[in-house]
Amino acid sequence: MDEILAQIFQIGFFAAMIRIATPLIFATIGELFAERAGVLNLGIEGIMLLSAMVGFSAAYFSGSLWFGIAAAMAAGVLSGMLMGLLTVTLGLSQHVSGIGVTLLNSGLAFFLYRLIFGQPSMPPNIVAFKPVAIPLLSEIPVIGPILFNHHALVYAAFILVPLAAFILFRTPWGLNLRTVGENPHAADGAGVNVAATRYQALMLSGALMGVAGAFLSMAQFNAFTFGVISGRGWVCIALVVFGQWSPWRAAGGALLFALIDALQLRLQANSYIDVPYQVFLMMPFVLTIVGMALVSRNARAPAALLMPFRKEER
Amino acid sequence: MIRMRLERRDSTPAWLNLALPVLAVLATLVLCSGLVAMAGANVWTAYSKLFLSALDSRSHIVETFVKAAPLIFTGLAVAVAFRAKFWNIGAEGQLLAGAMAAAFIGGREGLPAWSMAPLMIMAGGLAGGLWACVPAILKTRYKVDDVVTSLLLNFVIFYAMTALLDGPWKDPLSGYPDSPDIRMDAEFPILLERTRLHLGVLLALLAAPAVWWIMRRTSLGFAIRAVGENPVASRYAGIGTGAVIMMTALLSGALAGLAGVGEVAGLHFQVMSGISPGYGYTGIVIAMLARLNPIGVVPAALFFAVIVTGAESMSRATGVPVFLAEVIQGAALLTMLVALLFTSYRVRIARHG
Repeated sequence: MDEILAQIFQIGFFAAMIRIATPLIFATIGELFAERAGVLNLGIEGIMLLSAMVGFSAAYFSGSLWFGIAAAMAAGVLSGMLMGLLTVTLGLSQHVSGIGVTLLNSGLAFFLYRLIFGQPSMPPNIVAFKPVAIPLLSEIPVIGPILFNHHALVYAAFILVPLAAFILFRTPWGLNLRTVGENPHAADGAGVNVAATRYQALMLSGALMGVAGAFLSMAQFNAFTFGVISGRGWVCIALVVFGQWSPWRAAGGALLFALIDALQLRLQANSYIDVPYQVFLMMPFVLTIVGMALVSRNARAPAALLMPFRKEER
Repeated sequence: MIRMRLERRDSTPAWLNLALPVLAVLATLVLCSGLVAMAGANVWTAYSKLFLSALDSRSHIVETFVKAAPLIFTGLAVAVAFRAKFWNIGAEGQLLAGAMAAAFIGGREGLPAWSMAPLMIMAGGLAGGLWACVPAILKTRYKVDDVVTSLLLNFVIFYAMTALLDGPWKDPLSGYPDSPDIRMDAEFPILLERTRLHLGVLLALLAAPAVWWIMRRTSLGFAIRAVGENPVASRYAGIGTGAVIMMTALLSGALAGLAGVGEVAGLHFQVMSGISPGYGYTGIVIAMLARLNPIGVVPAALFFAVIVTGAESMSRATGVPVFLAEVIQGAALLTMLVALLFTSYRVRIARHG
């Protein structure tokens, strides 16, 4: 047993955990912005899938990874605007709109991928993001290789969490956003444009989900596959609840999920344990549900979440 | 100057109920024609292939009904759940639960032949219903969002199924991850010679009026609708919201489970990992197009059966990727949602001097 544990908990294991957490952090923070403004963005799974496809294709043809990231973000912003049109302008059910956006975006991702690349026997691939070791910091024993020898996007995720917390709680825009999510009528009375704020939140959320999707097809893997997201978007919605709508706690949840995911990957590879590998694949999903059940009873969602805002109706 | 304005309306005229899904589908096809053109195909040729290839011969029409059977069941499952505002996005997983239960019973030796079909139906319905109770319990007891849990549970049961297919159910001879075939005498009877029209298709067509009856003529149906429309008022009226949500979940999950039973007992006679190409998710689109009306689910399911079958031949003939069918599903859900605005609003055109 000790031998198995020693094999698992190595430096590489924790570095993998950080890498797995990165797209989850991006998408979770994105979802958090939308929900803080009062809109549940269930388009997340489809937005990540479409962005993964768009980012990969843009990078494949331009040869520039950063152009790929920009294209993925653009796809995310457009999807966020579509969510806004449905849920803000038209005031439609956020549940059904989000599922519709996910179905539409997934369909588009498959359709366009097949249109661009056909059905090659070998899936086309790109040269993925390479780790960038940060001078000096990466040489610290243990912590250096775990934290400071990663893709540039991983560092961006480190910065994103405090930045998101700062924007939400320390800037006027963040205050407006939270008021719109808690009490849109009060926000409206105070002269805040509720619709515009919700659109901005959804576009920002789409952009961050775009980065998350692109990370998966351009850094984690170096190709686009139809199963590249496989439920990670839904997990991020759970992480927002688990993190009680706080960027710090949500990021903590993402790290916890990544720990479990990294663990199951190691256990899968470990030949001592004779359990079907699907049991390990299932584990993060089961634990996510358990985690949600533990916190949900006391969770306090933004008060206006799921409520459309119409000025004339109170 | 002419201005358009949206006005609230008190009642929905009957013709709108029929016109809206048609309108939504037409809008979807117009929107998607851009993709067809992008693929370099003639829009007219592609669409006629898409719609007509599933209807151009007797055998193709029968096949369309066979394809529609699981879609009718998942559409009904979603329609029942959404009526109670129980957001069951888990019909996909409940279908798999039903399929596994049917394959388990169908493979048992020692059971009399006449009992096989009823036992598989009961086991599949029960399995789907119980699996749907998991998000329902989490929703009513722990206040966990039902959308997220029912979605995550789809992945849980899918991995459980593949573990089973890779482990105890793996074919020892071929090594394929398919479950052993069910007993020959457990297979659903074929209703029309030299076709694949099986008992499950008939059951699906009968399930629609049965669900309509439950929703319209029984106290359970009344309670389900009341909880969906106004949970606070129904609580005052003495309806136990939690119990109603549980019953809704049982009914909804059982219907989705039957979709799986039909696929195993009537079509594939075994479980394999690709047994459902997203029937549970298509069920959401079907239920919405039907405006959650159980009778309306049948034409909506037939429509998508036509498209899913037609997409293959369209793709072969014109080179438009087969995934156009997926895009149409997502777009139709959204256009229908927008079209539903016209049930509570009307466009008033006003002239100002």
